[in-house]
Amino acid sequence: MMHNTVDKIEYVSFLEHKGRFKGLFSWIFATDHKRIALLYLYAIGTFFFVGAILGLLMRLELIAPGETIMKPQTYNGIFTVHGIIMIFMVVIPGLSAVFGNFFLPILIGAKDVAFPKLNLFSWWVFIFGSVLAIASQFMKNGPPDTGWTFYAPYSTATGTNVITATTAAFVLGFSSILTGLNFLVTIHQMRAPGMKFFNMPLFPWAIYATAWIQLLATPIIGITLLMLIAERLFGIGFFNPDLGGDPILFQHLFWIYSHPAVYVMILPAMGVITEIIPTFCQRRVYGYKAIALSSVAIAGVGFLVWGHHMYTSGMSNQARWFFSLLTFVVAVPSAIKVFNWISTMYKGSIDLKPPFLYAVSFIFLFIIGGTTGLLLGSIATNVQVHDTAFVVAHFHYIIFGGMGFAFFAAIHYWLPKMYGKMYNFKRANIAWAIIFVGFNLLYFPQFILGFQGMPRRYFDYLPQFQTGEVISTIGGIILVSGFIFMVYNLVMGVRKGEPAPANPWNGSTLEWQIPSPPPTENFDEVPVIKKNPYDYI
Amino acid sequence: MANNSSHITDYKVLTRVLLVLMFCTFLTISITSYNLAAFTVTIALLIAGFKSFLVLSYFMHLKYESLLLRILVSIVFVLFALIVLITFIDYSYR
Ligand code: HEM
Ligand SMILES: [Cu+2]
Repeated sequence: MMHNTVDKIEYVSFLEHKGRFKGLFSWIFATDHKRIALLYLYAIGTFFFVGAILGLLMRLELIAPGETIMKPQTYNGIFTVHGIIMIFMVVIPGLSAVFGNFFLPILIGAKDVAFPKLNLFSWWVFIFGSVLAIASQFMKNGPPDTGWTFYAPYSTATGTNVITATTAAFVLGFSSILTGLNFLVTIHQMRAPGMKFFNMPLFPWAIYATAWIQLLATPIIGITLLMLIAERLFGIGFFNPDLGGDPILFQHLFWIYSHPAVYVMILPAMGVITEIIPTFCQRRVYGYKAIALSSVAIAGVGFLVWGHHMYTSGMSNQARWFFSLLTFVVAVPSAIKVFNWISTMYKGSIDLKPPFLYAVSFIFLFIIGGTTGLLLGSIATNVQVHDTAFVVAHFHYIIFGGMGFAFFAAIHYWLPKMYGKMYNFKRANIAWAIIFVGFNLLYFPQFILGFQGMPRRYFDYLPQFQTGEVISTIGGIILVSGFIFMVYNLVMGVRKGEPAPANPWNGSTLEWQIPSPPPTENFDEVPVIKKNPYDYI
Repeated sequence: MANNSSHITDYKVLTRVLLVLMFCTFLTISITSYNLAAFTVTIALLIAGFKSFLVLSYFMHLKYESLLLRILVSIVFVLFALIVLITFIDYSYR
């Protein structure tokens, strides 16, 4: 056992380290990857809370048919800003900016990322873009009402703050590109001696595949949004058929980015789960190479399936079956991962601690999200449920049930390392149960509602849908309460919790071999890697 | 660890590449005076592609980088071509 061997050494942790600046400035001008990670954590946590409140407001509106707490136009603004905040400011940056920043360098045995100042700059760009996005909600023409997808030609015509919102998404994209670039160079150049690509832990592998997508796909949304802005400002007819444009071109360009972007959300999540499962089963990862390479395969094939969002748009028939085929192909590497996680657990000595609870619920919810994705990927069923609540349920199962639960798993797994403090397990388990129940109550009814024909993005509905909508709203309230309880427990842990040992879970990857919280430069001496990271039976 | 060797390219080579690039630019402009119908764009794109190849290889030193890096950069272009091609499955059959 390697428990606590490093605990007694005197050192200054990154939290106490005295740099050039004092107080708040020592954080917002920090170039230490760990401090930047915490900056992202606090920013993204706040945005998530704002987005969740907007979501809850929508659910309250839908508690009964007809107008309840807001006007239709307000509802349109709220679902749009909810989407923009959650997608561009929470789930796309989420795992890679917070846990990628904190743990990627440590897991590959490096002192920092390749470009620490660029890393800080990315955070500032992220904050600038986020401020713009939030401003679009309050500026004089009213919040954008296009949905986060900004579909033309409506987005070229509506009088609301579309330009501010798209500029925000454009700026946020820059932050994403720079972070991806930074991580790519870090992984290529800064691995510890002896760490070959196939000795890397699997979270860095996932971050690597993600970083390629961030670097290559994000410029496409940038150009697309610029085209949209140009069309609005100068009346250039890219998308508006009245001006000779093609509205389907917008959908192509939008989804060429946004489908790969869904893998920016889920790949790091899969990476987190792949770290947690072997630790809590004390088992070597089953099929290390298959997991590493399936991340790359998902990233690659994921670039070629965007048209499954457009089956009903008027795209050619040939394109439709082609995209459907590729959509089924991309599900294969995802299924390989699920198979490998479950095989890793087989005959392991399973320890049901909070991180593992979140990790297994990730697998459960991801399976539901993934298989309903296939239902949407086949053209015949898609035509039936496209633009209904079914799609909303699908992507919330994947994004919240997947990326969200992975984020919660990650914070419960790595918080003792990040702050050197432990949270209360009992409260963590209770919060998990509330969140899990609330989540399923909130989103499962939407599968059924969608099948029955309840459209998405509607402020009103026929009385026959009310039962489902009410259950869903109750689920939303439960979910948000569970979330608040979880955050309370974590904050109490950080402030008043027991000191955490260096290796509380008996993990075998590099972050557990250094003190908690880590020293500023992570390692006293550069580690030399001789073996596979998952050194269990 | 990665290779830390840096390569210094001869000025003569760089000048020659520069001349070729300028010649290509001249070529791109001059073909517009012939009526090649749809091929005008194709040829202009081919020349532009060749120019980017030169810039990447010589000015950006890709020619002297590791095989892995060269493969990775090539994959990016293959991916780009694929995306354009697939988009045209829609436009050509609509
Ligand atoms: C197993 C793999 C998956 C398949 C086969 C799949 C399939 C689909 C299909 C066909 C649609 C279009 C539905 C429609 O609008 O008619 C869709 C929508 C969506 N999917 Fe997935 N999906 C998969 C995984 C994911 C993942 C991993 C994410 C995100 C992390 C995701 C996020 C979304 C989102 C956000 C939408 C809705 C976009 C919108 O219209 O606002 N999906 N999915
Ligand atoms: Cu998609």
